[in-house]
Parts: sequence; C-alpha cells; structure tokens
Amino acid sequence: MKKTIKLVLAVSLVAAGLAALVWTLNVRDEVDVRAPMAAAGASESLIARGAYLARAGNCMTCHTARGGQNYTGGRGIATPFGTVFTSNLTPDDKTGIGTWSSAHFWRAMHNGRSKSGRLLYPAFPYPSYTQVTREDSDAIFAYLNSLPPVAQANRPHELRFPYQSQAALAVWRALYFKPGVYEPDTRRSAGWNRGAYLVKGLGHCSACHTARNVMGASDEGVDLAGGLIPMQNWYAPSLTSSAEAGVGEWDREHIVSLLKNGVSPRASATGPMAEVVLRSTQYLNDEDLSAMALFLKDLTAAPSANGTAPASATPAIPGARGAKLYEQHCAECHGDKGQGVPRAYPALAGNRAVTMPSGVNLVQIVLNGGYAPATAGNPRPYGMPPFVLVLGDSEIAAILTHIRGSWGNHAGEITPIEVNRMRANQGR
Amino acid sequence: MAKTLPFARSRVAHGFMACMVWIAAGPALAAAPFEDTIAQRTLACTACHGPQGRAAPDGYYPRLAGKPAGYLYNQLLNFRDGRRHYGLMTQLLDPLSDAYLMEIAQYFSTLDVPYPAPLPTKASADVLRRGEHLVMQGDAARQVPACVQCHGQAMTGVAPNIPGLLGLPRDYLNAQLGAWKAGQRRAHAPDCMKDVVARLSLDDINAASSWLAAQPLPASSKPASAPPALAPGARAIDCGSAPEALSVNAAPPKAVK
Repeated sequence: MKKTIKLVLAVSLVAAGLAALVWTLNVRDEVDVRAPMAAAGASESLIARGAYLARAGNCMTCHTARGGQNYTGGRGIATPFGTVFTSNLTPDDKTGIGTWSSAHFWRAMHNGRSKSGRLLYPAFPYPSYTQVTREDSDAIFAYLNSLPPVAQANRPHELRFPYQSQAALAVWRALYFKPGVYEPDTRRSAGWNRGAYLVKGLGHCSACHTARNVMGASDEGVDLAGGLIPMQNWYAPSLTSSAEAGVGEWDREHIVSLLKNGVSPRASATGPMAEVVLRSTQYLNDEDLSAMALFLKDLTAAPSANGTAPASATPAIPGARGAKLYEQHCAECHGDKGQGVPRAYPALAGNRAVTMPSGVNLVQIVLNGGYAPATAGNPRPYGMPPFVLVLGDSEIAAILTHIRGSWGNHAGEITPIEVNRMRANQGR
Repeated sequence: MAKTLPFARSRVAHGFMACMVWIAAGPALAAAPFEDTIAQRTLACTACHGPQGRAAPDGYYPRLAGKPAGYLYNQLLNFRDGRRHYGLMTQLLDPLSDAYLMEIAQYFSTLDVPYPAPLPTKASADVLRRGEHLVMQGDAARQVPACVQCHGQAMTGVAPNIPGLLGLPRDYLNAQLGAWKAGQRRAHAPDCMKDVVARLSLDDINAASSWLAAQPLPASSKPASAPPALAPGARAIDCGSAPEALSVNAAPPKAVK
C-alpha cells in the first residue's frame, strides 16, 4: 500500500514537473503585456514602414478570405491536423485587434501567444516571425491599427483530437519552438544580414522551403533544403541545392528579377511561389531584394551534377509515345527541342524545375496549367493551359518522362501512379 | 464542387467530353508561329473555350467571343473572388491582376466570329410557348421580369455588362440558371439574377432555356448599346453587375427586391 502511494506520488511529481517545464518553455522570453501603452499616435512614416513590412511578411494573403475584405481573416489553412482559420487583424474592438497593445502584438509575433493568453497554432508562422525585431513588430502593429475596423467574428479552427487542445500545442511548442530575435552575424556585411533577416524572419521562406517532420515542425531549423508543402502537394524546392532552386551561380540581378517580376532569364515563379511574388516580394525595394539575393546566393552548397536522377529512381528513357504526345500538345510553345521561347515560355531543356528529383510540380503544372504572376515588371504573362481533362495519367507520365530524359536532361521517370495520386488529390 | 449537384456533375462530364472532341480534332491546335499578342497570351483560355473563344463544340466551356467586355470581366472576378466555382478557372486567374483580366475580357469581346446554327430542339410546342412567353413578357403575377427587359430586345445583350442569351446550348443555360438557384453562381450585390431565378420553377427554367437555345442569332449579333425602354408596368431592376442599366431606365428608384 505504502509502495503504491509512493509510486503515485512519484508519478504525480514527475508529471507536475514536466507540466511546469512545458509551461516555462512556453512563456520564456515574454514581455510584460500589462505595461502601459504609449499614448502618442503612430506617425505617418511609421505606418508606411509597417505597410511595407506587412508586405514583406505577406500577412494579408492568409488573413483575407477569397472575396473577403482585406485583413478580416477567415481563410482556411489546411494542415494534416485539420483546418486553421486566420483571424481578423483589423482594429475592430470586438472581433479584431482593436483592444490590443503593441506589447500584445509583439507577444503574438515573438512568442506565438494571443492577447487572451491562448497559444497560437504555428500555421501562423511565428517560428519565423519570432526573429523579427520589436521595432518592426511595432511598425506592423501601427499599420494594422490604421486600417478601417471591420466587424467580422473569427471562425473557430476545425482541428482533430488531440491537436485542438492547448495542452498538446504547449507540448509541441516546448519541443519545437524557441523564441529569439535574429542575431546578426558580425563577420558578414550589413546587406547579407539584412537579407538573412528578411528570408528567415518576415519572409518566412522556411515555412515552405524547409521540410516538416511528422508533427509538422521544421525541427532541423531553417535549413531551406526543400520540402513538400503539406496538403497543397507542391514541392518547395531546395534553396541550398544547385540541382534544385539554389541560386549560388546566378547573377544577383536575375534573383532580384525573379522575386520582383516573377520571371527571370533563369526561372519563373509558378504555383504557391507565384502568389508569394504577386502579393509580397514584388513590393519590396531593390535594396532589400538585393540583400535577400546576397544571402540566398550564399546558401548554395557545392555544385552537383545538374539533374542527376537519385539512385533510387529509374532514369527517364524518352519513348516514342511520349515524343508523339509532346509534339502534339507541348512543342507549339516549348519548342521541338524543349528550347522554349525567351520571355514567354520556359525552356524545358536544362530547366531545373523539370530535372529536380521531385516531379510533383511538373504534374501539377500539366494538370492545372497556370500563369506566371502579373507583376508591375511583367504585367501580361503568358499562360499554360490545363490538361487535366485532355490527357490521361499514362499520357502525362509519358510526356513528363520524355522531357525529363531528353535534350540533355537526365532525371528520373514519372509513373502513371504518381500522376494519378496527384489527380486524386485535386479536391474537385 | 464538393456537393455533387446534378448540374455540377453534368458540367464536369460535358467538359470532359468536350475536351475528348478536341483531342479528336487535335491538329486544329497545331503549330502556329509565336507572336507577341494577347491571342498568344490567352492560349491557356482557348485550349478549353475553343479557338478565338468560339466555345467548345457542345458549349461547356462557353463562347467568349463577342460577349460584352464588362460581363466577361465580371465573370473573371467572380471566379477569382469565389462567387462562381470552377477550380481550374480559379487557379488560372489567381495570379493575374485586375488590369490584365480587363485586357483579356476586352480582347475576347472584340472578336467577331460567326455563331453556329442552333441545334434542333426536342422540346414540345407547349414548353417552347411557355419559354417564349417568359423570355419576352415575363410573368407579372409572380414579379418575374421579361428576360428581354435587361438582355435586350434582340437578346444579344447590352454593352458593356449584360450578356446575350442566344448561341448558348440548352444544357449550359439550364446549368447556369440551376447554379443561380442553388446559390452556386453569384454576381456583385445586389444580385438581381438571384432574385429573378428564385421566382422561377425548374420547369420555367427548362422552358426558357429550351426556347432560347432554339433561336437563331439575328443578322447583327452584337450587344445593343443601351437597354430597351422600360415596358409599361415593368419595374427597373437594380443590378450590382450592371449599375448603368438602372440609371438609363430612369424608372422608379426602388428596386425589385
């Protein structure tokens, strides 16, 4: 009997200790939100800087539902754990952030905790935003406060058990989240550090370009080595590999052009990246884009053979069927030798988007077509038609295998099963 | 398209068949030299909507050519902003700007290509009579306005925002009116078509669609430049997608609600 009591006591103590540890880890590095607010209204220049930084953080894209009013939230972010709905960021007292102080906002950005004290889901990319400075956070807050208040109640998240519980989230945060502002590398230039700050912080590039583990965390830190975007079935290519989207050997102005215009002589933005360019990076000034380019160039590891098929994949062997289908459906725009048309249709020969190991983006593009983003620098992009209703799985596989193995490309084959899996995940 | 409404299903099926026909007609799409033109830029549209936006053979993926620019522009916005639902359209439009969508709409509106003859109708004489009456006179007792009140006496639409009703297959008309009735197709508020369609039964819709689909285009298929004068007793309609129509009518300011 005594033994049992001792055991229960010990277990309770350990549990209480763990809970205390989890809680401590969850509230570390927090500010005192009870501190009185500065009374002075925000200056025009602070609001303008906040607007610019909000673009850099691409806040509005997620915090606006399709057809909804800007910044009123309600867009569903599908995750493997359920759907998280974004919140109203307009300064409405009841439904928005009208009663928040800049300290509350900072705590959300830096610590991932809401004004109410609720822990926030990391679909809100605070694991990246935690690197943002207090000064920049305050500017964004001043900008959001300058928006017209709109009464629109937040929609409750639709998460499955146990992910909907704050306790589960607290454990997740204890394991995978550590607050901390970006610390400049003093051995590097100011430009390099500015670029790193934007890429790792507001830009939250690692939200897509870093792989997530089974718990949805990027536990390798910000490695930007590429990852499959959960639920969307687009692959965000590696920014560190010269076989994928590493830009170590690119001219700096080509990197700037890709982020500013959505197109460049080396590549163009499609899928989720088109949205990033359209709504975020095209609005950044050349100095910041150039800084990001400087940092991104430095990420690329030693060059490897371009488009080499991974050892496990079967090399793509161009076949007569794929060649015929290519001629019939693709050659008009992409050329009989995959040479493309400059400034209109991408070349397929030597294109890393074609040859990188993951084929999911290729299948997406062929199924659904798409346009490059219509930016100020490229306002009238050319488009690719959808083929989802025109070509079957084996036809698309034959075409993609053909282009991955032709004109000097040496990538792995694409199988009809891979195409079928993507088609089945279209959600329509 | 999560809910499998019958019209939605038939829409996909028809779209699929339409594209099958395109494959059969494959060489029609073959090699034209590259040009720095808006036609080249909209090949992603004409792959489904037919060369020059003439429509796919059965009308799923409807005709774009010659429709009023404002109407086409509003439809592009409707797809992008979630008032109409078709995943392929939405994904294509998402990265495009308002200015570019307007240019695309204007381009297709300027194309003057001939309409095919209407397909023979299988509807009974009674159904066609009822359809003609609804289109030309409406049903005052149920506050259903005549289609021609807004869409033009010749039913070729009114520039810049009101589409014509001719040259569209019965299935397409039925699907669109059905989508409106089910809330799957919407327009800018106030959504006048929603109010009108709410007063129509499925038989009314079928009758109007059957009759409209059987009518040949008049010699001039272009949209009228102004809406027709308001018929005696008819009330002006307030449409968010065609705000100018109400003021031109200069009739009672109260809209039919």
